[in-house]
Amino acid sequence: MLATGLVATQPRHFPSKCATQHEGKFRQTPFIVLDIKNLSKTFTSAGEPVHVLRGVDLDIKAGERVALTGESGSGKSTLLHLIAGLDAADGGTIALEGTEITVLSDAGRAALRRDRLGLVFQQYNLIPSLSVDDNLAFQARIAGRHDAAWHAELVERLGLANLLKRYPEQLSGGQQQRVAIGRALAIKPTLLLADEPTGNLDEDTAENVLALTRDLVARTGCGFLMVTHSLHLAATLDRHVTLHAGRVS
Amino acid sequence: MQLATLLIGLISATALWSGVQAINQQARNAYDRAAATFGGTRTAMLVASDAATFPQELFVKLRRAGWPVSPMLEGRVQINGRSIRLLGIEPVTLPVDVGNAPSLGRNDLAAFVGPPGQTLVARETLGDLQQVEGATPAISNGAKLPPLRMQQQLVSDVLVVDIGAAQRLLGKPDQISRLLIGKARGKPAPLASVVGDQLQLVEPNAETELERLTDSFHLNLTAFGLLSFFVGLFIVNSAVGLAFEQRLPMLRTLRACGASARLLNTVLVVELVALAFVAGLVGLVCGYFIAAALLPDVAASLRGLYGAQIPGQLTLRGEWWLAGIGISILGALIAAATSLLKAIRLPLLATAQPQAWQQAQHRWLILQGTAALAVFAVAALLLRYGDSLIAGFGVLAALMLGAALILPAFLEIILRTGQRGARSPLALWFWADSRQQLSGLSLALMALLLALAVNVGVSTMVESFSRTFLGWLNGRLAADVYVSAPDNAKAVAIRNWLRERSEVQAVLSGGRAETQVAGQPVELLGLPDHALYRERWPLLETAPKAWTQLVPGNAAFISEQLSRRLNVRVGDVVEIATPGGNWELDIAGIYADYGNPKGQLTVNVAALLRHFPQTPQTRMGLIVPRDRIPGLIAALQKQFALDDRSVADQATVKAESIRIFNRTFAVTSALNAFTLGVAGIALLTSLLTLANSRLPQLAPLWAIGITRPKLAAIELTKTLSVALFTALLALPLGLLVAWCLLAIVNVKAFGWRLPFHVFPQQLVELVAVALLASLLAALLPVLRLARMQPATLVKVFANER
Amino acid sequence: MSANGLSRRAFAGSLAALALPRYAFAQGYAGLGESANGFAPVVPGRAFSFPADHGPHPDFRIEWWYLTANLVDAAGAPCGLQWTLFRQAAASGPQREGWANQQIWMAHAAVTRADTHRFGELFARGGIGQAGVAAKPFAAWIDAWEMKGTDATDDRTLAPVVLKASSADFSYALTLQADRTVVLQGDAGFSRKSERGQASYYYSQPFFRAQGTLRIDDKTVDVSGQAWMDREWSSQPLASDQTGWDWLSLHLASGDKLMLYRLRQKDGQDYPFGNWIAADGRTEQITGRDIQMTPKATAEVAGRKLPVEWQIAIPSKSFSIACKPLNAKAWMGTGFSYWEGPISFAGTHNGVGYLELTGY
Repeated sequence: MLATGLVATQPRHFPSKCATQHEGKFRQTPFIVLDIKNLSKTFTSAGEPVHVLRGVDLDIKAGERVALTGESGSGKSTLLHLIAGLDAADGGTIALEGTEITVLSDAGRAALRRDRLGLVFQQYNLIPSLSVDDNLAFQARIAGRHDAAWHAELVERLGLANLLKRYPEQLSGGQQQRVAIGRALAIKPTLLLADEPTGNLDEDTAENVLALTRDLVARTGCGFLMVTHSLHLAATLDRHVTLHAGRVS
Repeated sequence: MQLATLLIGLISATALWSGVQAINQQARNAYDRAAATFGGTRTAMLVASDAATFPQELFVKLRRAGWPVSPMLEGRVQINGRSIRLLGIEPVTLPVDVGNAPSLGRNDLAAFVGPPGQTLVARETLGDLQQVEGATPAISNGAKLPPLRMQQQLVSDVLVVDIGAAQRLLGKPDQISRLLIGKARGKPAPLASVVGDQLQLVEPNAETELERLTDSFHLNLTAFGLLSFFVGLFIVNSAVGLAFEQRLPMLRTLRACGASARLLNTVLVVELVALAFVAGLVGLVCGYFIAAALLPDVAASLRGLYGAQIPGQLTLRGEWWLAGIGISILGALIAAATSLLKAIRLPLLATAQPQAWQQAQHRWLILQGTAALAVFAVAALLLRYGDSLIAGFGVLAALMLGAALILPAFLEIILRTGQRGARSPLALWFWADSRQQLSGLSLALMALLLALAVNVGVSTMVESFSRTFLGWLNGRLAADVYVSAPDNAKAVAIRNWLRERSEVQAVLSGGRAETQVAGQPVELLGLPDHALYRERWPLLETAPKAWTQLVPGNAAFISEQLSRRLNVRVGDVVEIATPGGNWELDIAGIYADYGNPKGQLTVNVAALLRHFPQTPQTRMGLIVPRDRIPGLIAALQKQFALDDRSVADQATVKAESIRIFNRTFAVTSALNAFTLGVAGIALLTSLLTLANSRLPQLAPLWAIGITRPKLAAIELTKTLSVALFTALLALPLGLLVAWCLLAIVNVKAFGWRLPFHVFPQQLVELVAVALLASLLAALLPVLRLARMQPATLVKVFANER
Repeated sequence: MSANGLSRRAFAGSLAALALPRYAFAQGYAGLGESANGFAPVVPGRAFSFPADHGPHPDFRIEWWYLTANLVDAAGAPCGLQWTLFRQAAASGPQREGWANQQIWMAHAAVTRADTHRFGELFARGGIGQAGVAAKPFAAWIDAWEMKGTDATDDRTLAPVVLKASSADFSYALTLQADRTVVLQGDAGFSRKSERGQASYYYSQPFFRAQGTLRIDDKTVDVSGQAWMDREWSSQPLASDQTGWDWLSLHLASGDKLMLYRLRQKDGQDYPFGNWIAADGRTEQITGRDIQMTPKATAEVAGRKLPVEWQIAIPSKSFSIACKPLNAKAWMGTGFSYWEGPISFAGTHNGVGYLELTGY
């Protein structure tokens, strides 16, 4: 909470569309936040190499919301994990806002995730021992980027005001996912990565959660890459790419 | 992994428990043997109302009146300077129902009764006496024993001869010590109508004197065994819990596929029982080795503390194996009960939690805290109103149980306080997560708490005892050289010779006799009136001018044990039986007499000799300048052909006493270490179990950007800090345990109360040991976490879980 | 003469029980065939002297005071009882004092009714007064069991005496009267037991009249009838190849008494013998050739087949009877076991008596 002020004065990724409410540099043209070139990844399954990714090229601009679809096992999640630095690629490059993450050390990638990436998973993956409020602020605080006003806005926009004292296990799936999204966006990430964020939710809740996410992404101006199997949901985003045979089309 | 954990838990539970059981069983067999041997306390008997022996004609009178009695004469003889119990029996009338006494084969009867007769002796005793079968060693009065013959089941340290031979050897013609009463034929005449008031009936005692005395010791061992058994069950509990957790999806699937809950549970139970059977067997083998390793020390302890004779070779009964397997299976089922119940009630689909973990934990803590308070109340009641050894152990058990129950609440308070004060998010998470882990770790922490508290308690007691004992020994061993002559004539010669030696400043002659007070055997110690005793002999309580009171011979000091047993204080009067009638003694002082299984009275040696003229005057203490001691001993040995046992300097005697003392507590220390070890294993397995189930909780933190080494370091710190808090709680608890042991249990068990000392250095060491144990226990899971492949962590986020 | 003595050789049993295992039977029955080394020999022509001979003869290896009684209770139901005191010397030589004394005493007591048989046994060592026999006034005792006279007891009739025994489940007390003197068995008290010289000294009092009470469990009844006492001592009463005996003492309705026995030998031969005691006390020895003892029926008791019914004939006396036991289960399951129980007989003569079977 004390760090809040400091963070506010560091506008490196300050979202363009927030300019009305936040001071900072205003970007005229959307620039590329994620630039993937010729990315490849091979797993070994039952002694046989499985080439999951065979030269993926993909870029996402700031503020751009991209849906990634593909058949089961096509490598959607793997691609997402590689972008997040959760796993190491076998070839190719991933540049996050110009930072080449494939050459980073483990610690470097951890720092990158902490400071610049928002991650949302199907299982929500909240920290069960912490309250909603603490979960929401957790990453931002660790990253030293907590912003009380932004935090308050997120609480309000995500409709979590009445749930702050609760613990994750007391929340419904939709509520938990809203907290997870809030936590990811609290750092005002460069890129928000979501892996089937609505996979565990019913259709209405899913729509609702995704709508919120779209709005907030737009509000922060970060890039957004969502893995989904739902063509319907994919259609609600700016761009729709498909992973097939290890390549993005 | 869980399989290994499960097996380790069951094995350690079974091993220590059955090891302790084996030792207890061995000891009880020995006591039974002693009790049953030719009419120990298991047999009803008639004894003289006011003398050690009575005329044999009373035996004939009673037989003629239809009393199925058998005479027995008991005494002590010396063989090569070693005093040993001699028992004269009458095999023809010896009741057949005298317990499981070694029966004289009918074949042997004629050889036993007729000339030259036989001296039955246990194998151990034969070895102790350095004799062979068939030998006829002489006793101190020159008479020869009938040929020695080994009798397998005979209790050790006793020689059994025909009553006629006993009367001859002990110089008590036509006298007997007691009459054993067999099964009545018809109705015998009333006792008083046959022998008047000369004899009194002693009812059989289901519990022998030895059993009563050694109860505390065995209770102590059993408590340790039980403690480790439960700690072992903690391990099993966490292992089964984990195994179940991991199989949950499979169980769901199987249920969904139509397998009935009953079938699944049967399969689970059968699997568990099979594992428990295997682990029980391994545990029994380990238990056997533990028992075999501890037995020599246990035997030494029992011999040193109570004079109880336990054979050093382990023999096991079939029941022991069965009981061991049984307890392993039962323990496994109990430990797995919660998991099995969960499996029975397993809903097909997972549902949302109705309560936050915090609320559930809060309720659990309040419940457990209330239970702890109730248990503490019981402890307080026992402390206030209890008066027995069992009550003493009850207080101990209640204290420990209460402390164990209150531990999670105690930790919760500390952790919550920590959480409130936390500034950084990681610190916040550190405290919050520790709190959440509490329920998973609490069993292991309780085990750690108990093991630590017991360690603190026992080592404080042993250390207190050690310190008191050393001080006491310094006072008691006042003379510089101790001499024991083989007989009175030689003693006179030695005394005369010593008078000529310039370096001998004083010759202090003492004496020992045996008598009875209120039907119990009591040792009488005669001390000369000498400044050395007045200055150094340690007294706990005294009347004014106590030593001066002793001189005329109508006052005595009483040992602490005996004073408690007889409920006698300074100023009271004690009456003892002597060959010349009763002797009234004013109690002028109470002294500590650590390690003596017998009650003791100390009187002036001249008075002792007046009342017990037969007392051998063979022992003497010499006061000699330090530098002249070796020369004097060498000269004495050369002049009178005395061996090392007959002449010893103070330092040697002291060293020997301390050696015996240390051995006495070797078992306790060994069990202490075992218990701490098992607690460490419990902690390890709990942490391993938690480590797996915690992956989903740690993975998000890693995903959020906390490196694995950092996570591992935090995890380690968490474990160490809860261990530290536990250890800190264990310290006061342990001191309380020590106090209980010193002020309640020791007094009841041994008859002496020791001053209570606190040894800070020892406490610091124990905390360090606890932390080290926790560190070792936490290291494996933490290292695994630090080196975990990202792929493993990533799996947490995989969509199909 | 006196085979009966031998019959009661249960004493041998005493030592068998005390000192010798069963294998001793291989060498004669219960050690009775042992050589008499060091003990006084039994020779013909000894002069008996009373009351001294009522007392013990410690120079001889074994000795007994053996009494059996055929009684009826107030309701007329027949019953029998046995009271026996055995002495055996574990070693020859001068009598040692106190516990060192070499005499060992054993006693058996039993009561038998048609439906019940109870027995007990006692052991004691000599030298200390727990058991013993005194000639004048007569007393034989072991613990609380005794056969005891008074100063008024006649040395020649050994009467009156009282007899007592008690065990957990039975007891009795009888007064024994007699108006005829004791009877020397065999050849003036010398009773030959084999062709090779084994023999014993043997006299009896077969004319006792008994009266008293008998308790079984908690039921006490008055009883009366006749009793027979045997006194016998020897150092080697049996030949080593003699394996056991069948012995009878018979109270004939005429007032005559008859003692019969046969010693069984390993080779299957018997050594039968008898003594007819007329009602006036005169005796007549009956030699083996005149005695026909034929087992008629066996009973299985304690895992053994025992000839408890007999056909007995003595043609020279025009005597032919059939004997039946009062209770076929009269087994003495004592340390040394045997069958001993009351019988009744009918034929040329009627009466009651006692049968003893050993070595089965």
